[in-house]
Amino acid sequence: MTTNRIVVGAHYGLRDWLAQRISAVVLLIYTLVLLGAVVFTSELNYFTWAGLFANVWMKVATLMAVFALMWHAWVGIRDIYMDYIKPTGVRLFMQVLTVVALAGYAFWAVIILWRV
Amino acid sequence: MTDLAVRKARPQYRNIGISQILSYRLPIAGIVSILHRISGALLFLFGIPFFLYLLQQSLTSELSFASYSAIVGSVPGKLVLLVLGWAFLHHAIAGIRYLLLDRHVGIEKASSHLSAKVALGVSLLLTLVFALKLFGVF
Repeated sequence: MTTNRIVVGAHYGLRDWLAQRISAVVLLIYTLVLLGAVVFTSELNYFTWAGLFANVWMKVATLMAVFALMWHAWVGIRDIYMDYIKPTGVRLFMQVLTVVALAGYAFWAVIILWRV
Repeated sequence: MTDLAVRKARPQYRNIGISQILSYRLPIAGIVSILHRISGALLFLFGIPFFLYLLQQSLTSELSFASYSAIVGSVPGKLVLLVLGWAFLHHAIAGIRYLLLDRHVGIEKASSHLSAKVALGVSLLLTLVFALKLFGVF
């Protein structure tokens, strides 16, 4: 018996597609905010730099950018795996490795910002 | 019987093999596309851990800030920053182009051809500016 599961067509994968674009816009805005903050800092040294990241708004913005980055990277890297890695077992292994790495990076970012 | 012979002569189009990749000439939009993918993979593999490490060193203490300065001040550090800087700029600018294409801006053949050239050119130009800044020209 075959199952007639529709794997193409409207809405299938729309959430990932949309998430990739929304996270891209978040990352573009954060890049401009960070660039602006650096340009408007008169002299860049440890105290002005750490002072920038001591602001609550900067921590929140940075964490939002970090989570957007992780989601964005997940969708993009999964696309690459789906295109080039055909054996299901290998692909699943790489996907799990990627998720673990991205989660680890996100926690690392939280720890870095926590201490400022 | 002639029917079979004719059928056999029909060309077959198969998936591109790994050895054929370099012999295929991509259109400019295809070049922007594959570079978007390569730059994204570079940013994931090396960019995220490298920039998180730099963020950690730059924020933890004055002492660690000094080690951050030493890394970004060294020639190998600058070369890594240059490659990742190009990857980021290309990925961001090609990404803006894709967002516009998604909004059906410039999807005609001529305009998409032009925007591919612009995306490639602007990202290389900004990378050049970044390189000049990085190696202290201004």
